[in-house]
Amino acid sequence: MTARFVRLAETGRLLIRFTVDGHPAEALEGDTLLVALLGNVRSVRSSEFGDGRRAGFCLMGACQDCWVWTARGERLRACSTPVAEGMAILTDATEAVW
Amino acid sequence: MVGPRIVVVGTGPAGVRCAEQLVAAGIRPVVIDEGGRDGGQIYRRQPPNFRRGYADLYGSEAAKADALHRAFDALRDRIDYHPGTLAWNVTEGELHLMRDGAAWRAPYDALIVCAGATDRLMPVKGWQHAGTYSLGAAQVALKSQACSVGRRVVFLGSGPLLYLVAAQYLKAGAAIGAVLDTARLSDRVAALPRLLARPGVLRNGLSYIAALRRAGVPLLSGVTPVEITGDAARGVDGIVVRDGAGRERRFDCDAVAMGYHLRPETQLADLARCAFRFDAEARQWFPEVSLEGRSSVKGVYLAGDGARILGADGAENAGRLAALSALADLGLPVDRARVAALLREQGVMERFRRGLVRAFPWPAGQAADLADDAIVCRCECITAGELRRTVREMGAAEANRAKAFSRVGMGRCQGRYCGQAGAEVVAHAAAVPLEQVGRLRGQAPVKPLAIATREETQ
Repeated sequence: MTARFVRLAETGRLLIRFTVDGHPAEALEGDTLLVALLGNVRSVRSSEFGDGRRAGFCLMGACQDCWVWTARGERLRACSTPVAEGMAILTDATEAVW
Repeated sequence: MVGPRIVVVGTGPAGVRCAEQLVAAGIRPVVIDEGGRDGGQIYRRQPPNFRRGYADLYGSEAAKADALHRAFDALRDRIDYHPGTLAWNVTEGELHLMRDGAAWRAPYDALIVCAGATDRLMPVKGWQHAGTYSLGAAQVALKSQACSVGRRVVFLGSGPLLYLVAAQYLKAGAAIGAVLDTARLSDRVAALPRLLARPGVLRNGLSYIAALRRAGVPLLSGVTPVEITGDAARGVDGIVVRDGAGRERRFDCDAVAMGYHLRPETQLADLARCAFRFDAEARQWFPEVSLEGRSSVKGVYLAGDGARILGADGAENAGRLAALSALADLGLPVDRARVAALLREQGVMERFRRGLVRAFPWPAGQAADLADDAIVCRCECITAGELRRTVREMGAAEANRAKAFSRVGMGRCQGRYCGQAGAEVVAHAAAVPLEQVGRLRGQAPVKPLAIATREETQ
């Protein structure tokens, strides 16, 4: 039981392959990055202030609680970024915590 | 031909009908959309490769969603449309925009803000655990991505969305742990006369409750949330509430979807220096706006749930009215009879709005009773106790001062989700009326911008 989100329909789409913290993962074409991630794992980042793992909150770009990082160090808001083939996503900040 | 420069922000029901009205008058408006596709949240469109039909997606509102999407599709060639674009600041006669790391400005003669609303949130102990979502989030996951936010979801809060989203989950085959409403049945009974202003909408709401009851979903009214249980690593594993009789009840779940009706997105109106007024009944601040959509600032118009929470139908009317007001103020001819008819309909919407406020009251007392170790601000991980200390030991009895001292509302969501509850905590700790605490001032950028953002001339 590793995935958080449960797919209820629309499962006949093309497969997309990407990685989460270096582990291979699968998503479907048309998924947001947040759905792609939570279709594989239980959370997408750690709170900077030590209160644990987070998995997004509003899904509409208002809370900014679903930031993730690419292996190249770019920051993405997972709820409003489409997943793409070959993405390499890190769920812990690559940038310095201030 | 150079016509007046009119900028519309938002492509939900208000923004689309606004743009349509402007185009009908021969204007080519600039339309800014933070989303990737039009429709807003209520009529959010699914990705193009999804196959579910309108009846599946929008239920009783399918015909309206279809009409709105078609209307927008018909406008595409007659507007300057900027999807995926953030409006992040307003200065004198200019809207500041950002897309894909590039920034530019759109000068305007009239600015019509149709920014919509988000869930209004009341913290509960444990709401920072992974697996807690806003009701809107739970609906977005289902509507635009065909997903449930968990294997077993509990719905907590109050307001029409509570039952709507739960019923949508039920219909889609998701497992629901319970629907827990903080409003009492007596609140809904007291609101009936006003809710009868729109009997069809009332009937829809009752049908959702009936469907949930038929399916055997536990439905509790008058609950007091105690805690979302779980742990920091794995997230939510259940929820504890006190029921109307005062008994503690626990429901196992791996997701909680929560919300207490809506709050308007007012940052752009704020940055445009619009005046605000306190609504004592709803216990929140709204920008001052006439029924015709005029704000207190010349050339700035507000429509839809970002100005006044009237719902999708009211937003369509408000978008049309704001467009007609802008046209009239620019000296263009306007059909007065149409304005009068729209205003009459808005009177009905307003009566119904007040019914919803009465039926599903904002549970202000929960903020007063919030445990000192409960987190108020999820972004900055600030507890109710820390916020109260800034009031008691540092004398911060005003919202912005309390924010500066405690950091509640200073994080990445800019107080969208903790600001109103934070103000309640401050008001109670300082023993002053909520109105006196004021409201968090909007700050640019409205949402975080990358430091690498460049401004381009256009």
